[in-house]
Amino acid sequence: MASEAKNRTLIACMGDEDTITGMLLAGIGQVTNEPGKEKNFQICNDDTKSDELLAKFDEFTSRDDIAILLINQHLADVIRLEVDSFTAPFPAILEIPSKDHPYDPEKDSILRRVRRLFGDS
Amino acid sequence: MSGAGNREQVFPTRMTLGVMKGKLKGAQTGHSLLKRKSEALTKRFRDITKRIDDAKRKMGRVMQTAAFSLAEVSYATGGNIGFQVQESISNNARFKVKSRQENVSGVYLPQFEADINESINDFKMTGLGRGGQQIQKAREVYSKSVETLVDLASLQTAFVILDDVIKVTNRRVNAIEHVIIPRTENTISYINSELDELDREEFYRLKKVQEKKQIATAAADALMAAKKLKEEQDRLNELEKHEIDDVEKLVVKDEVVKEEESEVNTKANDDDNTDLVNETEGDVIF
Repeated sequence: MASEAKNRTLIACMGDEDTITGMLLAGIGQVTNEPGKEKNFQICNDDTKSDELLAKFDEFTSRDDIAILLINQHLADVIRLEVDSFTAPFPAILEIPSKDHPYDPEKDSILRRVRRLFGDS
Repeated sequence: MSGAGNREQVFPTRMTLGVMKGKLKGAQTGHSLLKRKSEALTKRFRDITKRIDDAKRKMGRVMQTAAFSLAEVSYATGGNIGFQVQESISNNARFKVKSRQENVSGVYLPQFEADINESINDFKMTGLGRGGQQIQKAREVYSKSVETLVDLASLQTAFVILDDVIKVTNRRVNAIEHVIIPRTENTISYINSELDELDREEFYRLKKVQEKKQIATAAADALMAAKKLKEEQDRLNELEKHEIDDVEKLVVKDEVVKEEESEVNTKANDDDNTDLVNETEGDVIF
């Protein structure tokens, strides 16, 4: 596991255009020619089908150079089952709020696990 | 208790008893160690859980500020810069994460750290015309918020790993407490009872052997006595037989003699010598 974590240096992001723009401004973006690792960000809007979201989610979670996957919460809601059933430690999946959808701690898969473990502390 | 009567399939010997006792001791030591490990991990786990809760709430606020600063950018540049930003991404990310290992009771928890390479700037030209300042500000705000996210990610990864490890550890603790220890104890008591049983059996066997021996000696003695008695009897019988024989002989002879005597008497005492001889013969025998 130690060596697995060492090679993971990238932050991937799935979100709406504003979120992606902000993240890219922060400098997380990386575009390469390597097949399967062209982009580490994906713009998804409300028209994006859940199949496409799922495919992208699978792609990011199966890449071996991504340490953290940021995903907008309203997008995570669409593929909630997959997000909840993803229990591997790497990459860490973070649900982040978007401009139009404020953050709701009740929906977060990790926070729900926390609540389930400790009652409603 | 669960697993009553449940024991390992072993041959009840003193050696196995020793092995089982060692095993029980090992299981007890392991149990206390694992329990302590589990407690240490749980303490850490609760700590992390609390911090995750706080960090998630903080993240909500930070992202809101960031989104606001991006709105400022849109306003200042008078249009959408998203396309421009996406097109100017280079093949090396400015903002990366470094991971560091932290050891908590033998569990390696990764800690992500923001690793910003300041020499890379993909957005030199972005906002050159208008709103450059706002873009700089938005970059800083977003960098800060991503740092928060990175902290949160390491907490979350630690949470997931710890959750797993605690489950495994607790499962082991329970397995030792409720399966292995009772089973080993059962095995030990089984071996003990079996050994006791063997002891009793051995004792009884010895007693039985002694009894048999006594009976055999008594029988042999009785036989000897009987034999002796019989021999005596035989001897007596023999003697008696001889006696009877002799008496009979004597009687016969007497009769013969009497007949002879009568004959002799009738023959008018023909031969005195034979009579004398006969008498002397009888004297010798008695």
